[in-house]
Amino acid sequence: MKTQGISAACPVPIAQYPHVLMAHGGGGTLMHELLENIFGRAFSNPILDTRHDSAQFAVPPGRLAMTTDSYVVRPIFFPGGDIGSMSIHGTVNDLAMSGARPLYLSCGFIIEEGLPMETLWRVVCSMRDAAENCGVQIITGDTKVVDKGKGDGLFINTTGIGVVEHEQTILPQGVQPGDAVIVSGDLGRHGMAIMAVREGLEFESAIESDSAPVVAPVLELLGAGVEIHCLRDLTRGGLAGALNEIAGAAGVKIAIQQMAVPVRADVSAACEMLGLDVLHVANEGRFVAFIAAKDSERAINILRRHEVGSNASIIGSVVAKSTPLVTLRSAIGATRILDMPGGEQLPRIC
Amino acid sequence: MRFLDEYRDAGLAQKLAAEIHRVTTRPWTIMEVCGGQTHAIVKFGIDELLPRQIELVHGPGCPVCVTPLEAIDQALEIAAKPDVIFASFGDMLRVPGSTTDLLSVKAQGGDVRIVYSPLDAVRLAEQNPGMEVVFFAVGFETTAPATALAVFQAAQKKLGNFSMLVAHVLVPPAIGALMSSPGCRVQAFLAAGHVCTVMGFGEYFPLAEKYRVPMVVTGFEPLDILHGVLLAVRQLESGRAEVENQYSRAVRREGNQPAQALIKNVFQVVPRKWRGVGEIPLSGLALADGYAAFDTGKKFGLAVRQVDEPAECLAGLILQGLKKPHECPAFGAKCTPERPLGAPMVSGEGACAAYYRYRRHGAREMAGAK
Repeated sequence: MKTQGISAACPVPIAQYPHVLMAHGGGGTLMHELLENIFGRAFSNPILDTRHDSAQFAVPPGRLAMTTDSYVVRPIFFPGGDIGSMSIHGTVNDLAMSGARPLYLSCGFIIEEGLPMETLWRVVCSMRDAAENCGVQIITGDTKVVDKGKGDGLFINTTGIGVVEHEQTILPQGVQPGDAVIVSGDLGRHGMAIMAVREGLEFESAIESDSAPVVAPVLELLGAGVEIHCLRDLTRGGLAGALNEIAGAAGVKIAIQQMAVPVRADVSAACEMLGLDVLHVANEGRFVAFIAAKDSERAINILRRHEVGSNASIIGSVVAKSTPLVTLRSAIGATRILDMPGGEQLPRIC
Repeated sequence: MRFLDEYRDAGLAQKLAAEIHRVTTRPWTIMEVCGGQTHAIVKFGIDELLPRQIELVHGPGCPVCVTPLEAIDQALEIAAKPDVIFASFGDMLRVPGSTTDLLSVKAQGGDVRIVYSPLDAVRLAEQNPGMEVVFFAVGFETTAPATALAVFQAAQKKLGNFSMLVAHVLVPPAIGALMSSPGCRVQAFLAAGHVCTVMGFGEYFPLAEKYRVPMVVTGFEPLDILHGVLLAVRQLESGRAEVENQYSRAVRREGNQPAQALIKNVFQVVPRKWRGVGEIPLSGLALADGYAAFDTGKKFGLAVRQVDEPAECLAGLILQGLKKPHECPAFGAKCTPERPLGAPMVSGEGACAAYYRYRRHGAREMAGAK
């Protein structure tokens, strides 16, 4: 591949301007240099290299899946990832939740005047590595520069297109009583990693984000013929948000067991300190799967073969068709509602 | 997780519950004072393990909930000023004032920041010499030492741009007021363990004696609360009214004396209005005269405007244990965490928030889901 050998360790390809200027979005020579030397160089592939206003690509047989997401995470670099890798993983994972194999991405950058060129280069290199790792190509894009103070460093939007090569119906409405509820790994790491950095909280060891692609395990589940009824990534709103959305869409009661939900001790401690419920905290490389009960053990075995799924666990089941409700059996054996989180997570007083 | 899982052990919880069942012969009403305990009870379903005769009623121990509307309105007025950085615990941001809340003030351009410690606010003042930094000091005796330390540090650093809006309140006077009020049903208290880590529990002996009421200093984990209930029921069943310390791994009788000295140095005890409850004599802390320069109210010449609580909100009755959240007609209908009528619906320690989050569908529906 043409782009091999380019990395964030390489000198920034635009040396004469250490910061992004308004002129880098102005349509003239500086913008051309930015597009060629930063984006064109890092993302190079035959479709992008045509440098046309729109990308053209052949449509593969089967259904197509499409999704879009915008990334505004602060700080731009955090333990375990950065806004660049996250903008690839997040969109690719959304495609994977349809069981689609990701093919192409577009990316839109909104850059605040004054952003260090080196920061932009590191982010772009991180996107390139993540895209390569996920087997997708970035085939079109856009850049805008906004006045200093009118942005927050860097915002990225990515849109993804993937191909659905299976015949299963993977939708919230596909969820059925009896389904096993499986989470693909331990929860809460991304949200707590971000909060720790953002708020200057120091724990004994840095909590690293779980940001990662989950395409490979999902495609393997499909390839093995596991009967998947629904998949949902556990980003904003966490597990509680996802389960409530699905219970609502499918009209079912879901019952899960607190003790079966994998959570790392450091994440659990950080949540306790801040008064947050780990089931409300965001993840970036985790999903919940509703799997026909007969296939649940097989699904766990497949997921656990992947690093990203090494802590996959069955956490509960779909109880019945009914008024939407998610319940949680607590550590001491009593049952309560698991509610949708209410807005922003705010740490408590004491 | 160590030091936590041990106190959430299902087998031990069942054993404690069985012992409570064994010793209970009559109906008893026990109040847990602290909102943190209320949330643990509802979140873990601790009350479901108890005999039907034991009723847990939820107390006034939610600092956000009892902060008077007038103080919230003052906070909103200050936070909207252009040259002010307003620092607050995250819990306060959604609490409704008479017209708006801090989150909305922030959205309209107010510089409202969440801090984790009052000392963070002192740091903000040092880092932003051109701005006035105001810290909204709310909480019980648990958070008062950190607030006191912040004022103490600000005085030592001679920070002219730091002040605080103090709405600290004290637990024992509130217990006294509750017990003296007509219609009080409380027969025993689970006293708030974290308040006692600071203050000790010497203050509870006169209360236990005067009102003939058992007081059990209790922790916050499921086994702590079950153990606290067991100790309280044993006292009630045997006709005793003593002070006991369930939370001995954290609480000593004399408490944290350096912290108490700091509180005494920086603050003076004053009468304080509790939101929904009314004024309770000698139940609040205000800055001592020597620290008046750090008093936001004096610095900004704030007027105290008397405002009325929304008539539909039963927060006062709920904070006194006279009603349960789901008995309020507005609960879950006109009053939700997204559109709260009162503070208990939005605070992390509010009883209404706990009921809304964990059990608004009612017990029968939950049982069907098991």
